Amino acid sequence: MANVRIEGVSKVYAGRTVLSSLSLEIQDGECFTLLGPSGCGKTVLMRLIAGFETPDGGSISIGDQVVASAASAQALPPEQRALGMVFQDYAVWPHMSVFDNIAYPLKLAQVDPAALRERTMHAVALVGLDGLEARLPSQLSGGQQQRVALARALVSEPRLLLLDEPLNNLDANLREEMRFEIKALQRKLGVTILYVTHDQEIALAISDRLAVMDETGALRQIGAPQEVYENPADDFVFRFLGIANFLPVRRDGAALYIGGSAAPWVGPEPDKHGARITAGFRPSDVLLARGGEGLPGIIVRASFLGAQVDYLIDIAGTLIRAALPSHECLARDLLFVEGESCRVSLATVQWFDGDIVSGARA
Amino acid sequence: MNTAKSGTPRIGTPEILFGLSVGVLVIVVAVPMLLIFFNAFWVDGHFNLVDVLKVLRQRETYKALLNSLVLSAGVTVTGTIVGTFFAWLVTRTDLPFKKTMKLLFLVPFMLPAFIGALAWKMLLSPRAGYINRFFIDVLGFDGPIFDIYTYAGIILVETMYLFPFVFIQVSGALERMDPTLEESARISGADLMTITRRITIPLVMPSILSGSLLIMLYSMAHFGTVAVLGIETGIYNIPTLIYEKIHQSAGSFDSIRAATVLATVLVLAAALILWLQNRILRKGRYQIIAGKSFRPTELKLRAWRVPLFLFCLAYIVFAIVLPTVTIFLVGGLKTYGLPFTAANLTLANYRHILFEWDLTRDAIWNSISLGLSAALITMFAGVIISYVIVKMKVRGRGLLEFLGMLPFSVPGSVIALGVILAWSGKFGINLYNTVWIILLAYIARYMAFSLKANSAALEQVHDSLVEAARASGATMGQALKDIVIPLVRPGMVAAFFLIFLPALRELTVSVLLYGPTTRTIGVAIYTLNEDGETVYSAALAGIALITIVLGEVLIKRLVAGKSKA
Repeated sequence: MANVRIEGVSKVYAGRTVLSSLSLEIQDGECFTLLGPSGCGKTVLMRLIAGFETPDGGSISIGDQVVASAASAQALPPEQRALGMVFQDYAVWPHMSVFDNIAYPLKLAQVDPAALRERTMHAVALVGLDGLEARLPSQLSGGQQQRVALARALVSEPRLLLLDEPLNNLDANLREEMRFEIKALQRKLGVTILYVTHDQEIALAISDRLAVMDETGALRQIGAPQEVYENPADDFVFRFLGIANFLPVRRDGAALYIGGSAAPWVGPEPDKHGARITAGFRPSDVLLARGGEGLPGIIVRASFLGAQVDYLIDIAGTLIRAALPSHECLARDLLFVEGESCRVSLATVQWFDGDIVSGARA
Repeated sequence: MNTAKSGTPRIGTPEILFGLSVGVLVIVVAVPMLLIFFNAFWVDGHFNLVDVLKVLRQRETYKALLNSLVLSAGVTVTGTIVGTFFAWLVTRTDLPFKKTMKLLFLVPFMLPAFIGALAWKMLLSPRAGYINRFFIDVLGFDGPIFDIYTYAGIILVETMYLFPFVFIQVSGALERMDPTLEESARISGADLMTITRRITIPLVMPSILSGSLLIMLYSMAHFGTVAVLGIETGIYNIPTLIYEKIHQSAGSFDSIRAATVLATVLVLAAALILWLQNRILRKGRYQIIAGKSFRPTELKLRAWRVPLFLFCLAYIVFAIVLPTVTIFLVGGLKTYGLPFTAANLTLANYRHILFEWDLTRDAIWNSISLGLSAALITMFAGVIISYVIVKMKVRGRGLLEFLGMLPFSVPGSVIALGVILAWSGKFGINLYNTVWIILLAYIARYMAFSLKANSAALEQVHDSLVEAARASGATMGQALKDIVIPLVRPGMVAAFFLIFLPALRELTVSVLLYGPTTRTIGVAIYTLNEDGETVYSAALAGIALITIVLGEVLIKRLVAGKSKA
């Protein structure tokens, strides 16, 4: 078990700066997620930790050991870093049986045959592949191959487990199942996990803490999932963690208006004090009514999706999305049709400085 | 191993491997090729185009150029028609035993054309040919029914062995073509003729053209058939004229110069053909021909079914069975020209060439040892060079790829000529008349085969497979040994056989390079025939045929076994 300390790490590829003096500490025994859009450099950071790349600046330590340092041009090769890694494409060796795949790290460590067999079978059981150990990878489903990769990464009891979008190629059900299993395994074994993904749902579900990375490779926010979700540091983080509505608000003296219109703002009091601010909220934060208090809206599109009803609503020229539970709509006569007008109130609002355009993705 | 590879300018393993690969390819491929152009255009240290034109204006030179053009054009036309027709029959009709037929049509591909030419010479030479004699002596004809020593004869024989180029391409395209394209035309009200004319043919046209360009490329550079059938009546093409020049010149500068000019023309023509083929393939790659196998609609042949089936059988008997049987029977004759009766047939010839005669035993030994060494060397060099090209991010690997693939488009006689120029003492090393010069030429010639097979295998090995091994605690060396090598082994085996089998029956290159003790099987068959030792020539050809067929069967077994696992 080990913590990971990344200090001022930079990486340049062919003149393009992917990471610039990035610092981050992953605690011993936690499940830490790097969340960011594709191409943001999160995989590069993972490969730097694994040792497949060397940093152009800064240093990386695992436990109390410096594994890479640009200053002294030192880098420990990957095989000496004592970690486990699961790749996006599984990287299960097609010419070896399940058993041989999983036993390979122990074989390299020259574990004696009896212990090798016992530990390998333990790992096989851990990921629920009992009885399949003699199969070749080509005889396994994608999910089973993924488990082989996971067992192989865990079998030598590494101090650090690196997971590079390991659930990407699985279908939705399997993804959910594997997500729970990884979390359960981590609790059982106490291994430190670094998980890299662009899927905010997995990140929120699996992490003890997570870091949100933007396209330039900068870290926007680090924190526990609830913390980051409830108190996003900025609109990038807010946008990245789910469907985001943005409604511009203009301050004129003491009065607040919606965008450039004459319609007054009705709703929670802003905690930002600029002349132009933006209200951010999720579709589930939207409450609808046929009349009374609220922002004036016109239903542009209504889609009944079973458990919930999805509305696209025009509020003074800005389109926002709302999701209401179907039973509530039925009980309170809130099944609108296109073109009807409504009143919109917001349960919670996240305030941002300045004008932020385009919230609703129609 | 390479802990600090990025950012540091020091020379690591990738750079060393890259340097070695470039070095090998420059010495083996680039130097001989450049020497050909150099000798063609430089005289006494000056660029000289006038002399080149003078060589081209000589009667025998332009005659050979014209012959190459006429013969290859003829073979291309007939081969394309035959290949397309049979491809259509076995993919789109209800011809009986289609699968078997398809395999049989591919058989000529593995038989050496010059052995076929030999057989047809025995059957259809104007005076001594068995068929012609049968017509004259038994049926009382005034003259031969067909003279094989003509343009028509050469085109006929080459067509029989080269049509599979078109057959393979077109049957592949017809099989992969999405049948909904034709079905939708049918729904739109088009009849079968219209569909064939307006939809099917335009869609497979790129495959037809690309196959026929391959026929042209191969035929233009083809030595064996023209050498066996043409020289008697003075029909030379470029490769046979190069052979004449080199063999009769005894190293005179003028002849070598003429040969280099001819070789240059051949290289340019080959480059033009490959360029055209590339363009056609790129332009013609509609998204319509999917990679998947569909079940295309079959045309009911009805009344034509049996006649067409018999026609196919007759073709196979004519093109495969008849020449093969002839080779074995003539190889068993006590004297050439005797009728095929039990009293005239003996196994003595086969025993003689296998166990008694040094010339043929040497030839067999030379071919086997040359084939094995060329295949082994090229296989290992190919793995390393492909590894550099595919896996290492070294700058300049495009150059490697170009150098390695270059001989793919260069005719064998050109490679042989280049090797002569480079290795007969000009640079202090004289390998002329030794097996080593043949080995060098084989390595240059077959490197592209090895690179293709190995790069394809290496591309299947994702980087993450190696990285997973490294993360599991394997050093680079261990990862190569445990992961990369086992995974590319099928590619290496394929490369080995792709080189060993053609090398075993090779004639075009070795005929320009052989010395008194360094005949190959191909050269021995050819020279024995030239010297009038027809029965021994046929017997050796028979043994070569058996070896080739056994080898091909072995490969198929190996490959099939691999893909099942």
